[in-house]
Amino acid sequence: MPAATIAGREVQVDAEGFMTDYDEWDEDVARQLAANIGIELTDAHWPVIRFVREDFKVQGESPTLRRVTMQSGVPTKQLFALFPKKPAKKMSYVAGVPKPAGCV
Amino acid sequence: MTTTVQDASAVVPDFGDEVVRKMCFVCSKGNLDMAYPALIMANGALTEGVDVDIFFTFWGLDMINKETVDKLQFTILGNTAMHMPGSSKHIPQGLAGLPGMTGFATHMLKKQIHDLDVPDIREFLTLLHDMGARLWACRMSADMAGLEKADLIDEVEDIINVSEFIELSGDSQVIFV
Repeated sequence: MPAATIAGREVQVDAEGFMTDYDEWDEDVARQLAANIGIELTDAHWPVIRFVREDFKVQGESPTLRRVTMQSGVPTKQLFALFPKKPAKKMSYVAGVPKPAGCV
Repeated sequence: MTTTVQDASAVVPDFGDEVVRKMCFVCSKGNLDMAYPALIMANGALTEGVDVDIFFTFWGLDMINKETVDKLQFTILGNTAMHMPGSSKHIPQGLAGLPGMTGFATHMLKKQIHDLDVPDIREFLTLLHDMGARLWACRMSADMAGLEKADLIDEVEDIINVSEFIELSGDSQVIFV
């Protein structure tokens, strides 16, 4: 299992770079992860990121795009605007949780 | 063993944003069970940043016809692979034609889909449209059914002929359902 230095500290990541230890995440880490993939976090990003983390904690798996929209109320179009092209994977990456496994 | 990677860029996921991939789904069936596969794949494709067109032809037009979109049915008749959900217990074709069986099967399928938190067809089409999919209706099918654009759900871009479809799907991977 590799480790990466993010926001000045070492965190555990998988082969692709997704964090593997939920508790190593904090907002500074999130900002750095977002910057790694060309996203500057704004006030609109945080509710989504917090929902993804909270949902993962409760459900034990990362939410799909539809679940984020249905449960958090953030429209799908906005998710695409905030995390362009591949929102489901990107929001999971920034939130420090695995890629979503669900189909819809 | 832990390897320390000092350069964080070495383990940044490659989301492949610069890759341009296009897929085109052809929906030719009007059964509830045959409406879902293309929509689920299209949803997955859009989530992966793939550019998606969906072309509705023949009975597939029922999926975007305002009159029929909420009335798609699932029938056991003709499906010789049919068995009870969650078991291998076969359902004889002789039972499939009994009155009420199609309604029952449709109800059961809708419940299973709902339990998985997958939207019904009408909502699914709106979702895909919001995600950037373009929906197209087949000109010949529309003419056969006597339908005009106003008869189709608002998310439909246009009714196009086969030449236009061939043109727009030119650099797409085409999946026929």
